[in-house]
This record gives sequence, structure tokens and C-alpha cells, in this order.
Amino acid sequence: MATAVAPQQGGLFARPTAKTGWWSWMTTVDHKKIGILYGVTAFFFFIVGGVEALLIRSQLATPNGEVLSPAVYNQLFTMHGLTMIFFVVMPMGTALMNFLLPLMIGARDVAFPRLNAFSYWVFLSAGLFMYSAFLLGGAPDGGWFGYAPLSLDPVTDGMTYYSLGLQIAGIASLAGAINFIVTIINMRAPGMTLMRMPVFVWMTLITSFLLLFAVPVIGVALWELMFDRLFGANFFDPAAGADPLLWQHLFWLFGHPEVYIMILPAMGIVSEVLPAFSRKPLFGYPAIVFSGAAIAFMGWGVWAHHMFAAGLGPVANSAFALSTMFIAVPTGVKIFNWIGTIWGGSVRLTTPFLFSAGFVSMFIIGGLSGVTHSIVPHDAQQTDTYYVVGHLHYVLFGGSIFGLFSGIYYWWPKVFGRLLSEKIGKFHFLLMLVGFNLTFMPFHILGLLGMPRRQYYFPANRGFEVWNLLASIGAFTIAVSILVFLYNVAVSRKKGEAAGADPWDARTLEWMTTSPPPEHNFDAIPVVRHRDDFWYRKYITTPEGESARVFAGGAASDEEQHSSEAASDEPPSSSAEGASDREPNTAGAAPPESSSEERPHAGASAEEQGHGIHLPSPSYFPLLTAAGMPVIGYGFIYSPILLAAGAVMLLVGAFGWVLEPPAEEA
Amino acid sequence: MAAFALSACSTDTPQSVLQPQGEFARKADALWDITFAIAIAVFVVVQGLLLYAIFRYRHKPGREAAQFHGNTRLEIAMTIIPALILLGLAIPTVATVFDLAAEPTGADVIHISVEGRQFWWRYDYTDLDIVTANELHIPTGQPIDLSIEGYDVNHSFWVPRLGGTQDVVPGRTSRLTLEADDPGTYLGQCKEFCGLSHSNMNLRVIAHDPGDFEQWVSDQQEPAAAPSDSLAAEGAELFVNGAADAQFAGGPSCASCHAIEGLDGAVGIIGPNLTHFAARNTFAGAIFQNNESNLRAWLANPPERKPGSQMPNLQLTTGQIDALVAYLQTLE
Repeated sequence: MATAVAPQQGGLFARPTAKTGWWSWMTTVDHKKIGILYGVTAFFFFIVGGVEALLIRSQLATPNGEVLSPAVYNQLFTMHGLTMIFFVVMPMGTALMNFLLPLMIGARDVAFPRLNAFSYWVFLSAGLFMYSAFLLGGAPDGGWFGYAPLSLDPVTDGMTYYSLGLQIAGIASLAGAINFIVTIINMRAPGMTLMRMPVFVWMTLITSFLLLFAVPVIGVALWELMFDRLFGANFFDPAAGADPLLWQHLFWLFGHPEVYIMILPAMGIVSEVLPAFSRKPLFGYPAIVFSGAAIAFMGWGVWAHHMFAAGLGPVANSAFALSTMFIAVPTGVKIFNWIGTIWGGSVRLTTPFLFSAGFVSMFIIGGLSGVTHSIVPHDAQQTDTYYVVGHLHYVLFGGSIFGLFSGIYYWWPKVFGRLLSEKIGKFHFLLMLVGFNLTFMPFHILGLLGMPRRQYYFPANRGFEVWNLLASIGAFTIAVSILVFLYNVAVSRKKGEAAGADPWDARTLEWMTTSPPPEHNFDAIPVVRHRDDFWYRKYITTPEGESARVFAGGAASDEEQHSSEAASDEPPSSSAEGASDREPNTAGAAPPESSSEERPHAGASAEEQGHGIHLPSPSYFPLLTAAGMPVIGYGFIYSPILLAAGAVMLLVGAFGWVLEPPAEEA
Repeated sequence: MAAFALSACSTDTPQSVLQPQGEFARKADALWDITFAIAIAVFVVVQGLLLYAIFRYRHKPGREAAQFHGNTRLEIAMTIIPALILLGLAIPTVATVFDLAAEPTGADVIHISVEGRQFWWRYDYTDLDIVTANELHIPTGQPIDLSIEGYDVNHSFWVPRLGGTQDVVPGRTSRLTLEADDPGTYLGQCKEFCGLSHSNMNLRVIAHDPGDFEQWVSDQQEPAAAPSDSLAAEGAELFVNGAADAQFAGGPSCASCHAIEGLDGAVGIIGPNLTHFAARNTFAGAIFQNNESNLRAWLANPPERKPGSQMPNLQLTTGQIDALVAYLQTLE
């Protein structure tokens, strides 16, 4: 398509060439297709994790529930947590990053397209591997936090699946993180300085760095757990003199940055959606960016607030109480900046906007209940109760999931070329908002009334009945809202309104290209002169501080652009500005001789305009390499033969990958 | 929310953290009252600003968005104000942390070693030479110094109305101070996930007036009385030696795991000490009322009544259960 010349077949295997159909998805290295794969897979796991939640809420709808046995209940709450964290929120963020990151920075793909495919297949392998445990004797049942020494319990292989499955998932996260970091550092369009990047790109960068440092920490812990379970090592076994508190420290040293890994992408989404629908630039862009970095940095110094009851002593508890309180400051800065973004705008209450506003609103509650955890003496009361379950769902559902849905509604037309129905979308939002609060607000009350977490039943006569029933009704309300979303998708696929390149009158580069974008993204790589560059190609800022449309297809003249730049607060010599000195680095980019070439090219076919752009060719090897990993995992549990087979797959895949050129030459 | 939960019920919510009934729970609750009030105020202001902004600036024909990028002074203010509020919270928090961590001193302080096991609680009154299970008896009006010891996996000792939580970490000893204002029974339970019967690992603190407590102590220090009737004597025999026709004949008996002071050969240390079993209101992690029918059902098949129970199904016959129940009920 884009390469215009059929790839020549060479090497040991014939190179895959399919551009459509089953094999094209299996062998694709196109970041947009991989993004869609990530999104669909994450959504599938969202349904699975949701069904697990519904089973849990069925069990807990009434006192002494008997829907589930204790063994099954423990597997379900463990897998619900693991699924929603590792196989829903993280990959759903990755889906959007994958699809949007190159488009937002004006690149043709990510830096390492085959590594990108590899990340996806490893992530999928990890998910299927973990879930296969249900069929092979029992899923992980020691909680997502897997505290030792309970996690050493040899009754089932569940926690072995946990240690191996999460290690595999971690490989996917690491590969993805490195890929995104390199892409953002090296592949921005000419003029796209760091401080002109969309906030979503910034948050992707920060999240990727968090992953890069946090995943190895849990990797070490999981590796040690694996050795304890499989080879009789004694990292966590108190009977052999180990201190199981080591696991808690390692786990939460990963676990708390992980919270920010899940929330920062959603914060990035909200920071794109609110300006677009308020028709205003983001309020305090530098503050939003740097508070994101500050949260990521401080996020490394709060882990022990998960362990206030572990007996670390008053000095450690006080120190972590203070750090936990003060991480609320940069978080608060973001919330005020979002309100400032809406302030004075002309707010269109579209579905993406509503989900973003819902995010801010719910996140205020989750943030405030988070601050209450820093009150150590009271945290000792509420820790491990439903109060914490309520808090974490306000952050990860009211926060991350609302933010992700905002992103899904916002970018859906870009990804699939058709709009989702606004009417159904607003109904979805309303139902989900009501269901969400009905489910999780009672959790706070239950916790304060003394209901601990991870209980497979609750007794009567503790005052828990009515709140549990409300929560269960709420959970099913959320489920209905998800069905409404799926209906919306079905309607959109069948007869959705064509989106056009820029249905929202948006601000960032991804809206310059067609919907869906061609394989090579942009016919000509745009040259960036502003933050929100696309907006300033469409509008100038009048001296009165309002926007005026630039007519007749022309970009603003240099003087007008200058005036709008002056209106922004960015100092011309900010430290990040130095990055713009580098050469334009995208091979095949046409120099922007006239702005008309950069206009959306909805009418022109990609073949005509994209002639001669070289894109990496599809490859079997990322899939083969990734598929070796779960086989190795099974090998550790069941048989050295499988271990060898998995190693062969991995090695053949890796060597094939190394020996094939990134793109077949014409 | 707190007020609502409070007004809803006071006696119907025996595990509520909002109704402290001891000095240490009250200190935590005092911090909560401050924090909750501030949180509600912040919530109203910030949520109000958000909703106001959305409503006030919603799109209407003719409305143009003002194009501004920020406001440095405002941004500095909204960084500093939350920081000051948090500083205001930090000071009493840190003060209370150190206050609660202080070890109670004095000759009359009662030291109890608490051990969490799958799935019950073992209490050792180290100075009084009493070992009991699940129901912790304390005198009112004085601090009780608990040293929390690990055994198998993590647990967490929690009596919400009397204050605080302390995780049980194997290989470590931590401490917690409790105090009850008034006599009564205070419910608690294990709060750290510990396996199949995590939900069945309850506990009770029974607070007595100091005089009644002394009576309880002297009762507990007595060894168990010898069985008075023949059925109970048969039970005692079975307890120590097992039975020829039981599955575990020649192997473990009750006494392999359970101790009874005053019964020769009953010195097991794996399960609860049963010396004054009949004086307890509940058994098996404080989940069953201590009565004949529950006891019979328990002995017939412990793991069925309490999933994951370390006490195996001993395949006892009805006659053996009759004898054991008769004996256990003599252990006043």
C-alpha cells in the first residue's frame, strides 16, 4: 500500500504480505492496528473482569451468601483485581497510546514497530496464560497483592501462574515503555518541542518511565516468589528465617507507582478532551505537565502507606504519612487546572466531555478519601476494609475507566471513521455514573461500619445488609451501562455517521489526517509551530482574546501566528526548547512548502499521496517469539519438554526477527 | 456520610469505627473528625466550582471561549493553599502516631501475647499463666499491652471499637495497646487475607470491671476438673488416647493438638487450649455459639463447617461425639 512496491520475498520464510484479513492482524506492525488489537483485547478482559465482579456482588448481595464457594470466591476476587489492573486499565491506556502517539507527534509509526507487535502478543499471552489456570487446577487465589507466606501455599498452582503470568505481562510493559520513550524522544515532527507536545503524549512519556523503573521491582519479587514455589528457595519463608515483610516492601514499591501508571494516561486524556470541548487552551499547561512529573516522582516515596498496620514503627509511619499527604498537592493542582480550562470556555456537553468531567468529579472524591489514608491512626482502622475498596474504585474506575471511556468516545471517530451516537453515549454516561456511585459510595460506609475486605460472605446483624444490597444493585447497573456502550458500538459500525477528519473541531495533529488515518499517517509530515498546532492552523486569536476562524484554507500569516504565540505563556527559551534545534528526522517527509499540503486530505487516496513512503513490513516473528513465553511458563509448572519447546520458539523467533530486515527492499 | 451512618444505628453496628469505646480508638476517631470535616469542605468547594464552571460556561449561541492559557498567581495560590491545609492535618497526625506508639508502663499493665493462626486467635497471658483462644478477656479502664506474634501466614488483629489494627507478620513481633471504657463484648476479626477461612477468623474482646476480671483470672488459673460422670470420663479417655475404631486410631488424638490443664497427656500446642472451653461463649474462630448442637456438628466434620480448617475430619462415630461433647461441656 504505502510502499507502493510489493515486498520481495527473501530469507528463510516468505514474509507475510496480507494487508487485510486474519493474517494481516497476526503479522501487523502498524501501530494503529496494534492499538486496535490492544483495545479490543483489553475490552474483552474488561467484560471478563466485570463478570467476575458481578459474581462477587451476587455472593455479597445478601448475608451468608452461598452463590460461590470460598475457594472460588478467592480466585474470583484475585483474578478480578489482576484482570482489571494488568489486562484492562493498563492495556486500554496502551491501546490509545499506540494508536495516537505517532499521530499526535506527527510520526509515521513508533520507533520499533516489530517490538510493538511483540508487546501486544506478549500481553495477550500473559492474559491467556493466567486464565488458563482456571482450567488447569485453579486460578491464583492469594489476592492481587500476593502476600507471602500465604502465596507460598502449595495447595494449587494458582500462585505459580501468578508469578509467571505477571512476569510475562511485565515483559510486554517494559518493551512497550521503551518503545514509547524512544518514539517520543526521537520521532517528533519538526517544531514539536517537548513543551508543545499534547499532554496525553507527556503523560505517556511519564507513564513509560514509571513502567521502566517499577516493573523490574515487581519482576524481582515475582522471580523470588517463583523460586520459592518451584525450586524451594527461601526468600519469603519465615520458617527458614526469611522476613515476609520483604515481599510487602517490594510489592508496594512497585504497587504504588502502578497506581500512577494507571491514572496518568487517563489524566492525559482528560487534558486533551476538556480543552477541545471548552474551545480553550489547557489552563496552566506547564503546571499540568510538571505536576504529572511530580506525582510520578513522589509516587516512589509513598509505598509504605499500604503497610501502616504492618508495624513499621512511628518514624516510618510518620514519614510516609507526610509524603502521602503531599502527593495530594500536585494532584490538586491538576484538578484546579482542569476547572480553569472549563472556566470561561464555551462548553459543548458531548459524551467525551461528560466522561472527562465525570473523571474530574469522581477523582475529587477518590483523592480526598486518599488523603484520609495518610491519617495513620485512622488508616489503621480503615485499612483492609471496604473503605479502601471504595477509595480505590473511585480512583481506578471513577478515575481511570471514566477517563478511558472519555478517550474512547473522543477518538473513536478517528480510529474507525464513524461517530458513536451522542444520544446513546450520554445515556451510557448517565447510567454508568449512577451505577458507579451506587456501587462504590456504600463501600465507604461499609468500611467505616467495620466490614473487612476479601470476605467470602458477611454475617447478618452487623449493619452491613442494606449497603451491600445497594452496591450489588449498582454493580448490575454498571453492567447494563456497558451493554448500552456495546449497543452504541454496534449501531456505529452499522450506520454511524461518517466522521470526517476533524469532527470535534479539535486541537491536535491527529485530527489533521483522515479518519481512519492511512497506514503512513500523514502524507506530508506537518511542521509544528504551536502547542495545539492544528487549532492555530484553523483559528487565530484576536486582540480581544477570542478565536477567529482562518478562512480560505490558508494558515494564519506569520504575524498572526506570532500574535497568538505571544498570547500563550510559554517562554521562548524554556529548557525543552532546545530540542527543536535538531534536524527534522523523519525520512520521506516532504518539506512543508505550502500549508495547503498539510490540510486534511480526505479526498485524496493514500496511494497517490503516500507514494514512496517506506514502512516496516509485517512479520511473523514477534508473534512467534511472544508465543514461546507462556509455553516456557507451562514448562516450569508441568514438564521440561514444554520448557525446551518454548525456548526453541523464543529463540527461533528472536533470531528470525534479528535476521530479517525491518522492511523488505523494493 | 459519617453522620448518616452514625444516626442509622448505634447498637446495630458492633464493628463501627465511628463509635470508639476506648481511649485508643477515640484518638484515631478525633483525627477522623477533623479530616472528614476538612474533606467535606474541600469537596463542596471544588465539586461546586467544577459544576458551576460547566453550567455557567456551557455553549450557547454567541458565546465565545476566552483564550487564556493560565494565571501564574492563581496557580501558585492553588498549590500553596492545599499544602497549608495538609500541613494543618500533618501536625496532629504525627503527634498521635507517636502518642499511640508509646508503650504503656506501670506495674499494673497487663501483657498479653496474641498469636494469629489459620483460623483462630491464641492469647497467652504471660504474667498470669493463662492460655486461651478467640475471646480476649481484659479489665476496663486500663491499657492492655498486646504483643502480636506471627505463626503461619499474615493476619491482622482488629477490634474496631477499641482501636487500631496490628498486622500479624510471621517472624515478627509487633505491639498494640487496647483499652475499653466499659464492660461488654467487643467484636473484631482478622483483617488481613489469610486463606480459605479468612472470613471465619473472628474474635471478641470481653471487658470486665477490674474485680470481675480478677475473678475470671483465678477461675482460669484453676486446672480443669476431673470428669464427674461416666460418659464424660469416656470422653476424656477418647480425648487423650483416640479410639480403636476411629480412622485415626493409634495416630493423632484430640490431645495431639489440644492442651487441657489437669488432664494427663493433653498437652498439644497446635490447636486452641481447651482447659476452660465450656466457659467460652463461642468457638472455632468465634464463629459458632458454644452449644451442644454446634459442637456436635463441628466434631462431625470441621472442614465442612469451616473451610480450610486445620482440624481434620476424624470420622468420629455418634457415640464418640456424645462422649466428647459431654466431656467438653464439663470444662467450665
